[in-house]
Amino acid sequence: MGGGLYSIEKKDYDKTLDLTKVKPYGDTMNDGKVQLSFTLPVPDGEKAVEAAKQLCKKMGILDPQVVYHTSLDKEFTFFIVYGSVVHTVDYTSIHVETVDVQTMSMEEVNQYIKEHIGRKLVVIGASTGTDAHTVGIDAIMNMKGYAGHYGLERYEMFEAYNLGSQVPNEEFVKKAIELKADVLLVSQTVTQKDIHIKNLTHLVELLEAEGLRDKILLICGGPRITHELAKELGYDAGFGPGKFADDVATFIAIEFAKRKLTGIK
Amino acid sequence: MKSKLNLNWDIVNKARECARNIALDTQKFIDRHTTVAVERTVCRLLGIDGVDDFGVPLPNVVVDNIKKGNGLSIGAAIYIGNAMLHTKLTPQEIAEKVAKGEIDLTTLPMHDLFDIKLEVMKIAKQTVEKIRKNREKREELLRKYGDKEGPLLYVIVATGNIYEDIVQAKAAARQGADIIAVIRSTGQSLLDYVPYGATTEGFGGTFATQENFRLMRQALDEVSEELGRYIRLTNYCSGLCMPEIAAMGALERLDVMLNDALYGILFRDINMKRTLIDQFFSRVINGFAGVIINTGEDNYLTTADAVEEAHTVLASQFINEQFALLAGIPEEQMGLGHAFEMNPDLKNGFLLELAQAQMAREIFPKAPLKYMPPTKFMTGNIFKGHIQDALFNMVTIITGQRIHLLGMLTEAIHTPFMQDRALSIENARYIFNNMEALGDEIEFKKDGIIQRRANEVLNKAYELLKEIEKDGLFKTLEQGKFANIKRSPNGGKGLEGVVEKDEKYYNPFIELMLGGRS
Repeated sequence: MGGGLYSIEKKDYDKTLDLTKVKPYGDTMNDGKVQLSFTLPVPDGEKAVEAAKQLCKKMGILDPQVVYHTSLDKEFTFFIVYGSVVHTVDYTSIHVETVDVQTMSMEEVNQYIKEHIGRKLVVIGASTGTDAHTVGIDAIMNMKGYAGHYGLERYEMFEAYNLGSQVPNEEFVKKAIELKADVLLVSQTVTQKDIHIKNLTHLVELLEAEGLRDKILLICGGPRITHELAKELGYDAGFGPGKFADDVATFIAIEFAKRKLTGIK
Repeated sequence: MKSKLNLNWDIVNKARECARNIALDTQKFIDRHTTVAVERTVCRLLGIDGVDDFGVPLPNVVVDNIKKGNGLSIGAAIYIGNAMLHTKLTPQEIAEKVAKGEIDLTTLPMHDLFDIKLEVMKIAKQTVEKIRKNREKREELLRKYGDKEGPLLYVIVATGNIYEDIVQAKAAARQGADIIAVIRSTGQSLLDYVPYGATTEGFGGTFATQENFRLMRQALDEVSEELGRYIRLTNYCSGLCMPEIAAMGALERLDVMLNDALYGILFRDINMKRTLIDQFFSRVINGFAGVIINTGEDNYLTTADAVEEAHTVLASQFINEQFALLAGIPEEQMGLGHAFEMNPDLKNGFLLELAQAQMAREIFPKAPLKYMPPTKFMTGNIFKGHIQDALFNMVTIITGQRIHLLGMLTEAIHTPFMQDRALSIENARYIFNNMEALGDEIEFKKDGIIQRRANEVLNKAYELLKEIEKDGLFKTLEQGKFANIKRSPNGGKGLEGVVEKDEKYYNPFIELMLGGRS
């Protein structure tokens, strides 16, 4: 078992990278090393540690090492575990939907909209449903932007409205009609028990019921959003962590022009 | 405490004077008005509780009945007192009859005003006595266990089910938390009534109800006894039911209340007139009940830049201090807010955070300052997040912040798991213990980055306060000077609940709790 600075573990497995059988990398190819932490609702003790190990084995983690365990309360124990996962994935057969456009600068986006659309696009954004966090939508929309990427409010060819947080879907759609929106941005930051999925789906249903869905671009974003998930839920695009206002702006400009959308009249 | 910042005290005094004038100017408006929430609070304090057959809270039923009869301008207390004289029933029995349509409060024949007030005062004094006893009970428990020195660790529970919240809260207390905040259901601030009874649902938290307050207080009293440490309870006294929640908290011995009209105006789009009037009565109650209020300046920095807009935080703290004083809240109960929200990539950002925190400490020496952890720049990289929280913990212990809201490494991902909370508490305790006396040992370099930054922020805050003094608070909010958010005096939610007072207006509790002011 672990301990000490040097690993004396025998490494008698194949150490060549095989992309059809990818495993986690700790410090040696194919060692399969993972770290995980979790809490079990049982009192701390030897029995608890054994329970944690058995659970890890069921997850496909060989030789789980419980490197730390402590009592969080009478009936709860926290574990940190290291081990080698047995599972592999075939990297070569994976297909992921991504937003495949070369990101343009703010000036390029403005120019593109002028040439291809010829008018300002109305963009409205909000954290919808019960989400009280505006961090995501602010990063994309506010004048100042985030990490040096200016927000959509600063773009000459966008008329941007940030409606803030906890905007009910019904209210959001009403506002979209009132402002004659071309693009709807929805942010879902911190959500519980996958409520964001329900909320995002509900918005699509509302837009379809109002006959607006095919007139506008509908985009969502947030730490748990992927482009693939967004497409599945009926959105035109999804932007996850590491995407900035210029990524969103580029997508809007190109897609709106390409699909010859009209926006809400 | 010796000043480390070499602050220009002449500017501090002038800024405070501006803030006082701003508060006094706004108070003139407040004193001329009441709201549906204020009158519902009077009902609650007169003992009206429960719901009708449709689940509508009886304080709402009573106030709606008076409003329908155009009587709100003289206050609910007069109508309830009058009905008491007329029917010989208790306020609760009267409310039940109003709900059944058996009494219409504004059409009963009016008794002599003097007799009415005498009748109301009997009940009002009993309630006020009960609240005084709660305050004394808290003081007694703090004496018995001894109050903790240094920062109080503040953690949230937010399971959405009061019984699950209790499990989490007790666990957090055993792990070392000193203050438990029970997060409300998202959107409760926009409800124009307070839900009733124990609740097991809600998004991002469950409802603030009097029964939930009672259940959680009871649970924390048990765990306090077990640990020999008084565990404080916090809830949210903001939104459209601000004073009602203050009353419920006073009756159930809550210890800390988030209580800031500016927050509701900016972040929940609540009408400014409505919520400033509501805030006054809520603060009178909180002040009397010995409840520490927490103000929401920290939130400005979640939308505006923490470096560029730091002076708006200080300006708002000055204004909140004066509003609190006008409502009878002593400095020892003013948990003025600020936050550690600068971009972690910023060179010497830690020094600027240190300057801001030390400045707040020196300008508001007696206030139990509320210091909020990083949220805006927290990421899915929980390992980095844990270090950001560590830096935040260091500022607290170096500058003597009192109410220390624990940062969670999973802030940007989900509401805290039990283990997230435990790791956060461990982080804070490690740093607080390991660096306990560092603040006493260090001085800041004369005219160095920290001293210059503090004075720069102070000067900008003073300039802003001068402008606000000239324009008035309403116009300032309209111009978007706080948090870069613009709000109109007649926009937002709840304006229809504002009523101008008649000369005969009567609210016995202001007199009893504040002593004379009306």
